This record gives sequence, C-alpha cells and structure tokens, in this order.
Amino acid sequence: MALSLGVAGRSVGFGLPVAVVLAWVLARGRFPGRAALDAFVHLPMVLPPVVVGWLLLLLFGIRGPVGSWLDDWFGIRLVFSTSGAAIACAVMSLPLMVRAIRLSIEAIDPGLEQAARTLGAGRLDRLLTITLPLALPGVLSGAIVGYVASLGEFGAVITFAANIPGETQTLPLAIYSALQTPDGEATAAKLALVSITLAVAGLAAAEWAGRRARAALGHRP
Amino acid sequence: MIEVALRHRWPGTVLDIEFTAPPGATALFGPSGAGKSSVVAAIAGLLRADEARIVVDGMVLSDTAHGVDVPVEQRRLGLVFQDARLFPHMKVADNLRYGLRRAPAGPPDAQIRFDDVVELLGIAPLLARRPHTLSGGERQRVAIGRALLAQPRLLLMDEPLASLDGARKAEILPYLARLKQSLALPIVYVTHALDEVLFMADTLVLLEAGRVRAAGPVAELTARGDLPLAERDDAGAVLEARVAEHHPARRLSLLRAGPLALWVPLAPAQLGTWLRVRIPAREIILATEVPQGISLHNILPTQVVNVTEDAVRHTAMVELATGPARLLARVTPDAVARLGLRPGKPVLALVKSMSVDVLK
Repeated sequence: MALSLGVAGRSVGFGLPVAVVLAWVLARGRFPGRAALDAFVHLPMVLPPVVVGWLLLLLFGIRGPVGSWLDDWFGIRLVFSTSGAAIACAVMSLPLMVRAIRLSIEAIDPGLEQAARTLGAGRLDRLLTITLPLALPGVLSGAIVGYVASLGEFGAVITFAANIPGETQTLPLAIYSALQTPDGEATAAKLALVSITLAVAGLAAAEWAGRRARAALGHRP
Repeated sequence: MIEVALRHRWPGTVLDIEFTAPPGATALFGPSGAGKSSVVAAIAGLLRADEARIVVDGMVLSDTAHGVDVPVEQRRLGLVFQDARLFPHMKVADNLRYGLRRAPAGPPDAQIRFDDVVELLGIAPLLARRPHTLSGGERQRVAIGRALLAQPRLLLMDEPLASLDGARKAEILPYLARLKQSLALPIVYVTHALDEVLFMADTLVLLEAGRVRAAGPVAELTARGDLPLAERDDAGAVLEARVAEHHPARRLSLLRAGPLALWVPLAPAQLGTWLRVRIPAREIILATEVPQGISLHNILPTQVVNVTEDAVRHTAMVELATGPARLLARVTPDAVARLGLRPGKPVLALVKSMSVDVLK
C-alpha cells in the first residue's frame, strides 16, 4: 500500500508539470499542429492501457531508443522498476490532469492577462503571477484526480513494469494477484476496501481543495 | 503631445482616424460603434491596425511604415478598463503594486509614489481587502491607482465610469479632477457621456462611424453650430473663466472669459481661480438694442460668426464671437429673419445669471 501511494505520488510529480505546460499551450497557444497535439495528449485515454504499456516498453525498454540512451548515459533502467510504474501511471493519468487544468485556464478572463500586459508583465511573468494562481483550483483538482487515477492504473503498469511484489506491485496488481491464488479472496477484499477508501478520500480532498481555492478568489461556492 | 494616425479594416467597418492632442486631457467622444475603444486599444498596442503611426511625447510606439511596433508590455501606457479588471487573487495593495514593481526605476522625484496615489484616490481603507469585496466605484478607483503606479507616459481610460450609476460616478469625478490637477500626465479619455467630457477634457476629438468628425479645444467645438453636439438639447458653449470679483452684498460674482464679463450667483471659489462654465444655447436671447428695465445682468456685445439652420427641428444655431470668446445660441429661424442675423452682424447676447452653469 505504501508502495502504491509512492508510485501515485511520483506519477503526479512527473506528470503535473508536464500537464500544466500542455494545458497552458493548448488553452492559450495559437500555432499550427495544436489540434494534433490535443489529440496526442488524449491518446492514453482512448487506447487500451495494455497498448500504452507496450508502446512505453518499446520506447523506454533497454533496447528502445530512449531506454537505451538512459541506460548508456545514466545507468537508469525504467522497465520493471518502481519509477517505471510511476511513469506508466503518469502517462495514463496525463489526459485527465491536462483536461482539468486546461478547463480552469480557459475559464480565466483573458482581460486579466491583458491588464497585466499593459502593466508591464511579459509572457512568463503573466503565466506565473496571473494565469497559474487563478488556475490553482484546476491544478489542484487535476493533481488529485491524477493521483487517484494513478492508484488504480492496472494495464499499463503490468505491461511496462510487470507485477513484482515490493517493487512494482501496486494495489490493483496486488488485488489481481490475490484473486489468482487459492483462498486469496479475503486478502483481495481487504485490499479492495483500502482502495475504495483511498479513492473516496482522494475525491473528497479534490472537492475540498477546489472549494477552498475558489472561495479565496471570491467565487460563491 | 500625442499623435495618432490609424487605418484599419474589419469586415463591414473601417477605422480611419487621425488626430494630434496637446498636453492635458483629451476626450474621445462619440456614439457607441464610433471606434473609440478601438483607438484606445490601438494606442495601447492591444489592437494591431493595418496602418498605424502612434507617437506619445516623442516616443514612437507604432509605425507600420517603418516596421515599429513596441510590445504592449513595454509601452508603459496606463490603461483603465471599463470593467476595472483587478486581479481577484491579490489584495488591493498587491494589485496597486503590480505595475509599480515592473516599472523602470526612474529618478525618485519624478516617480508617482504609492502613498500619494493612495491618498489622492482615498483608497487607504481598502488596501488589505480583496477585489470582490469592493463596490464598483471603489474597484474603479483602485484600477486607476494601479495604472498610475505603473509610471505610465500616458493614462488611457476606456469608459471608466460607464458601468457605474449616477451616484458612484459623482463619487469618482472629483478624484479624476484632482488627478488631472496634481499630476502632469497626459490623459486620453473615452466616453459617450458629455458631462464627463465637459468635466475632464481640454481637447475634444469627435468620432463618428470610424472617422474624426472634428477635433480641437473643448471651448471651440462646443461653440460650433454644425456639429452633432449642437443637435443635443443640452448644447451650449463652454468658456474658461476667471473669478474676477466677489460682491457678497449683491450675492453675485463677476467672471471674466477673455473680453466677456459674466455675472453669476456668488461662486464658492477664490478670486483668480479658473472656472469652466457652460451657457446652454437655448438660454441665450439675441437682441439688436439694449433692453430697458429688465432683471438681466449679462448683456454681451458679440458678432454673428455663422448661422446653421436645422430644418427638421425648426431651429437655428447661431455662433457668436467676442474676440476669442465664443457663444452658441439656439433661436427660431423666424428670429434669424426678423433680426437679419448673418455672419458679421453685431448682436447683443442676453444671458440670465441663473442660466450660467458653473461646471467646476
């Protein structure tokens, strides 16, 4: 269970900065290829997770283009490792995070960014002082939704990082393994209960954080 | 000194504007859709016009002919929007400092200082509050302060009072007047309310359907009979007049506007103060002889400059001049015929003291 939380935490750690940048680019950017990028970001949501896991395996495997480079230069092997499980989760939950953050960026009145511009704020300055703070409710709920989704990710993790107890065996994988063993039902039920508790707690936290942030901005809940 | 030349084409509408404005406050005045806000957006750099040349105090901000287009964030023009646009996640004080922190450090004595602005706009009690707890008028005052503290070369105001009701407007106007007096900052002010123009502006640019109908000093344009201003019920020339004498016993004050002497009810202003007064065109009576035994105080010798007849409303606008001072009178075409009013004809303008509006 601690492993599961750690994997999900790292998944959000990897995924959130990427999600924020992607969401900002998709919400405010005007460039050719935006639709293509949008579709690409949403791929993990529509592809079977096993396919995503396999694609990651191709890309980050020890003989894959990125994997071999990482291995040669840094001696990092992602496949069948805890970090690998986190990356698989991050990729799977990315569309959810991007969606939540993008919606909240699009909800910001562009007039505020315009006002900041007339007051002398450049592009990065505006992103950091106006856009991101105002999108905070979305970033928070994106992070929490991503965290909860990462806790539940199965297909991509088992394909890319395998099912190694103590290393890549996250909660859903453990439940699956328990169900495969005779008399494992009791263990599975216990794990399932933990999983449900975590999910509900996560969603409640997302709701609470969003409400707090919106109240701070003066919106009526 | 501001120099603006713009040409821009949208599907269905065209903007073709050219004017220069001397130091002081310039009002862009016209009906909605005349292109006022587009002009402000182009000056601020938010609208990229097809052809533009914009120069503020010698600094070229846009010049499409020479490929000059200073980015919005480097123009240093304070822009006050109709809808305040305060940053909702910051306290009033942080909103005020947003532009100040990003302004280049100039010589300290030339800076617009935080404490001065807070004092000028009366916003000290609001500093720790969040924008969503402020009233509309308070919000607009904070927005003006925020723009001022960015140390702008020019203050652009796009209908800053349009979203406020009469009482809130009356609350802010005195602050604007103080601001104009105490800071030597050029102001471009967009409005469709004539009272704001008369209160604020030195120079008036009349816009109509994307073009400049007329531009010049307020006193000059309000005294013209051939402009849309003259068609309004409240048409009337504006005069800059100095308080010359107080006569407390008679409860009268004497104002002088160039060669014109105007008696008005005792004015609450010190001797020597400059006041802006307006004489409504419909309140002026024209005469060729001095009337006797009349309550009237002001019998002003003038000369007819121009007569414009309004065939629809059956009225005639008579432009009058005494030296540089101008008046505008609305009379019937019949009166024009009876008195033989035509350019060059000397005529007496009779103005009741009670009819002279002291604007400020």
